[in-house]
Amino acid sequence: MKLDFFLGLLLGGLTRGSIYALLALGYTMVYGIIQLINFAHGEIYMIGAFTALIVAGVLTLSGMPTLAIFAIALVVAVVYAMGYGYTIEKMAYKPLRQAPRLSVLISAIGMSMFLQNYVLLAQTSDFQPFPALIPEFAFLEPYRKIISSSQLFILITTAIVMVLLTILIRYTRTGKAMRATSQDKTMAMLVGINVNKVISTTFIIGSGTAALGGLLISSHIGQINFYIGFIAGIKAFVAAVLGGIGSIPGAVLGSFVLGMTESFGTGLVSSDYEDVFAFVFLILILIFRPEGLLGRSTKQKV
Amino acid sequence: MTKINLWKEAKTSLFIALWFVILTFPIMVIKVNTIDDIVEWRWVRILFVGIGAFFFSAAYRYMLYRRKTGARRESKTRVLKIHRLGINTALDAAFFSQKKVALPGILFIAIAIILFPFITSMYQTNIISTALLSVMLGMGLNIVVGLGGMLHLGYIAFYAVGAYTYALLNYHFGVNFWVALPLGGLFSMIFGILLGIPVLRLKGDYLAIVTLGFGEIIRIVLENWNEFSFGPSGIANIPRPGFFGVKLSIQHASIFTYFILVALVVFTIFIVSRLKNSRLGRAWEAMREDDIACEAMGVDITKAKMTAFALGAFWAGLAGVVFASKTTFINPASFTMWESIVVLCIVVLGGMGSLGGVVIGALLIVLLPEYLRAFSEYRMLLFGAVLVVMMIFRPEGLIRARRHVFTFEHGENKSEAEK
Repeated sequence: MKLDFFLGLLLGGLTRGSIYALLALGYTMVYGIIQLINFAHGEIYMIGAFTALIVAGVLTLSGMPTLAIFAIALVVAVVYAMGYGYTIEKMAYKPLRQAPRLSVLISAIGMSMFLQNYVLLAQTSDFQPFPALIPEFAFLEPYRKIISSSQLFILITTAIVMVLLTILIRYTRTGKAMRATSQDKTMAMLVGINVNKVISTTFIIGSGTAALGGLLISSHIGQINFYIGFIAGIKAFVAAVLGGIGSIPGAVLGSFVLGMTESFGTGLVSSDYEDVFAFVFLILILIFRPEGLLGRSTKQKV
Repeated sequence: MTKINLWKEAKTSLFIALWFVILTFPIMVIKVNTIDDIVEWRWVRILFVGIGAFFFSAAYRYMLYRRKTGARRESKTRVLKIHRLGINTALDAAFFSQKKVALPGILFIAIAIILFPFITSMYQTNIISTALLSVMLGMGLNIVVGLGGMLHLGYIAFYAVGAYTYALLNYHFGVNFWVALPLGGLFSMIFGILLGIPVLRLKGDYLAIVTLGFGEIIRIVLENWNEFSFGPSGIANIPRPGFFGVKLSIQHASIFTYFILVALVVFTIFIVSRLKNSRLGRAWEAMREDDIACEAMGVDITKAKMTAFALGAFWAGLAGVVFASKTTFINPASFTMWESIVVLCIVVLGGMGSLGGVVIGALLIVLLPEYLRAFSEYRMLLFGAVLVVMMIFRPEGLIRARRHVFTFEHGENKSEAEK
């Protein structure tokens, strides 16, 4: 195998992995706290990307420099995605706290379907070109064939987000409250933690990272439509399960493993079956190691 | 019970409306075209969002308030006395006692169903046929989701298996509809069992996502394996069902398909309602309520899950064969995941576990968008909203599944002991 080709696939895998990781974090945090697959998470990612596209489109008219547009689009997209995440939790999941798991799951699917069609109807069903917002770095010029600036940017941003999140969860009061809530909700309430607030915070943080992922990958690929969120969301979920759902390092590891598999699978086998790899992977993991790579196996409480 | 402070509620709703206006502002109002650098501002929409959100939030909050204050109706239960008969006979008695409901009513409906295609146009007949197909799909999914309590998001794959079974067997071997009908059901059942094996250990969310993946795998394979399934272009010229070797005109064929569907739906309803009250059906319902307790009571969970998957798949396979013969053309685009969710919507809207509910759900979900053309564009948006709203305010669906309560008659205890 040619080295260039190999490196291309490797970096492609890393880039995919980073985006899955940004999404999978949201899944795994929400799952850790309320044991719900937030199907609408992928839609938040898509809405983040759309908001960024709209803001960038408006600002381009004013003739601002690309870097400023990028910064503003990023902030607006992340803030709006947080707003959506918060609202979704309040509307579709909070009234179902005491309901059976099946009900919450159906509600999440309904929300996902609603948001997709909301963007479809309010915007368009066609693919929209997405402007390249990430600036080209001059020092990367000699290596252009192997790594693009946007890939490097995605890798670095993901790494920073991971570090920040780890700090947040390990060392802050909010993080402590989140860990306590995920272990035992009732007990957390008894020691004075505002569980509803913790859940809202989790949704807000997860939505923010999802929107960041949406913006970065759209800028890298160059086009978006209303459907990008769903498959990305499912794959990020697979990544989260692969790593061990509820575990943050697990989600990151799982994302990179999945990203690599897909990148090498499509590069070496066939690109027609790109989406199949993730699902086959998922089924195999759930059969042979349901607790995931880094997850702990839990005993069923009766 | 606290009184509702109208003024305060109005203020809260106003605040929520404002929040939604801000939240939906970029996506609703602005539309950009980055190629020509055109930005389109659609300000009027703010008004719609604001007014819509105001009334929606008022209604939502009022319903939540009602839910909280417990203004819910007591669930209907049917008390069955058991003495020496055993549960099965008691249920049989219950089943047949329903018959006296209203014979004239049933007769009237039967006559209406038979006359329908002759009074109305072919177009109407086709729409009703589509609705009947959905009833079959709903009935099948109801076994898995409503009775078994397992969320299945790849159900439409079995429908695809049925449709492709008929299309391919006909293409290669010239197999006719009547032979393909049971074969389609059988093949789907085999697929149901194949899916059942890996998912036996899973429940809840994992099950949902694996079944979703399974459905997508089937669709992607059908789309890409050109030698086998002719890829995205699909298979055309599938013959309509023949009537004892007589070639029918399109109009007669669609009427004939309608009657086949009516017969199949009646058959489905009969079998599923019998299944529901059988030993197996009770095992499914017990598994839905609490699988651990159910296993502890000696129910074979593995068997219950497998049969639920296999029987659920069977109806989808039958429906798939009829679908292929009805449209005479199939391609993978008809079997996307969203179709599975529409079927789920039918089950949830109608009432999980309730047979009458599924019929009504299917008719509503298929016929409303068909007859209200203006609304069909918003079809999927509304279905999504329906799933959320139903789960929050009426998880049992439009028609609540009847629950049976068994009581022993004390007077008969002696004879019970004598046995």
